[in-house]
Amino acid sequence: MKKLQILGTGCAKCVKLADNTEQAARKLGMDYEIEKVTDINEIMKFGVMMTPALAVDGKVKSVGKVLTSAEIEELIKE
Amino acid sequence: MNWKDEWKWLAGLVGAFLVLFYLPVGMPRFDNAVLEGLYLAKSYAQEHVILCLLPAFFIAGAIGVFLSQNTVMKYLGADAKKVIAYGVASVSGTILAVCSCTILPLFAGIYRMGAGLGPAVAFLYSGPAINVLAIILTARVLGLELGIARAVGAIVFSVVIGLIMHGIYRHERRDGNGPQMMLGDGDGMRPLWQNALYFAAMIAVLVFANWGRPQADAGVWHAVYASKWIITALSAAGLGVMLVTWFAVPPVKVVAVGVITAVFSLAFPSTPMVGFAIGVMGLSYLTSTQKGEMQEWFSGSWGFAKQIMPILFAGVLVAGFLLGRPGYEGIIPSVWVSSLVGGNSFFANFIASIAGAFMYFATLTEVPILQGLMGSGMGKGPALALLLAGPAVSLPNMLVIRSIIGTGKTVVYVSLVIVMATISGFLYGTLF
Repeated sequence: MKKLQILGTGCAKCVKLADNTEQAARKLGMDYEIEKVTDINEIMKFGVMMTPALAVDGKVKSVGKVLTSAEIEELIKE
Repeated sequence: MNWKDEWKWLAGLVGAFLVLFYLPVGMPRFDNAVLEGLYLAKSYAQEHVILCLLPAFFIAGAIGVFLSQNTVMKYLGADAKKVIAYGVASVSGTILAVCSCTILPLFAGIYRMGAGLGPAVAFLYSGPAINVLAIILTARVLGLELGIARAVGAIVFSVVIGLIMHGIYRHERRDGNGPQMMLGDGDGMRPLWQNALYFAAMIAVLVFANWGRPQADAGVWHAVYASKWIITALSAAGLGVMLVTWFAVPPVKVVAVGVITAVFSLAFPSTPMVGFAIGVMGLSYLTSTQKGEMQEWFSGSWGFAKQIMPILFAGVLVAGFLLGRPGYEGIIPSVWVSSLVGGNSFFANFIASIAGAFMYFATLTEVPILQGLMGSGMGKGPALALLLAGPAVSLPNMLVIRSIIGTGKTVVYVSLVIVMATISGFLYGTLF
């Protein structure tokens, strides 16, 4: 199972990224779990300062962007 | 019934009922305040939206897409030279931040993984105050002088506060190596001069379209005023040429938009807003139908519009209701305002700073609120004090800051902000 983490303090952009990620994961039909990381200190532990960010299994894949679900599919595929 | 979930509804309904039950409709003071809110909202819609806010959104969107934020963050990394770090931190708010929800993670990042407490604090302080939209709207609504004072004051005092914080806590050691800064992909494939020209064209459109009528009917300023629409049109045409040559927008489309805009501008010479609005729509069409950068530019600008317009208009309504238009009274008597923050006494500046520090201003709403306060007799000095203390800190973001740097440092920071804002307001009020 893949752990998809959305890093962001809860602004509109982070919600959008979470939605897009959900969509992408569902379309790929993968086994996944989405976690929203909203605590700023937790976000710092990833080394991320530009939110929203997306991490897959604890590895940061994208920073400071609202990716489209197509872009996310590319990142979480394998 | 599950009262655990339902109580919110109950509380909301009962609250709304009580408010309506006791609503003082018919009392002249209340009715007048409601009207003032509507008047103020109307004057914003007429004066500030098309010529000022719309182009400002495009500029803010362009900054997000075309200026590389990574380059800026490099100067704030752990190995950055201190002088450069302070300099960059104090001005980078212009291009990095538009709302406080972006400021706080960046602040935490600079503190934990980057240049340390001093530059982080400098960034935290200046960021919200000097973002492009805030400066443009301040200058437009409250006057150029106050707009410039706000920007300069924020930059200077951010460095001072940063240095003092660093000085106080210089013996503190940072715990080991933090995680590495994660930055996005590098961008910035366009040479600097192209970016500079492109931004210059957009800023020229904004500045000249809003050129105010000077008091004298002759001289350089009046000459500029008299030909401001020609200069605006030329700048816009320049922007069109750049879109074709550097951003690969099809020339046919750009020419078509240009011609339509010109036709409307010439057809309605007495209301230049029509031509301007058509031009903005044209630009939206050009950018939103392209792929890649252009579309990102549009969606960035649109994102700002969606994020800011509703809050700003709500803020304008509330400000108008509470304080009235300049020269009129809202629900709060002007005497209260002028007795608290009128003139330029030290006390007035201090009250304005404290109020600013604890109040929460949603993005840009500080501008209509301040307009109302100044209309009710607030002095220039306290106005600047409020602008300097206001957006930088508020009760909610103090709590987040506290979770990042601890209670002691937060108290020191907030006190410094209040003291600095008081002093700078006092100086400004005395000098100008």
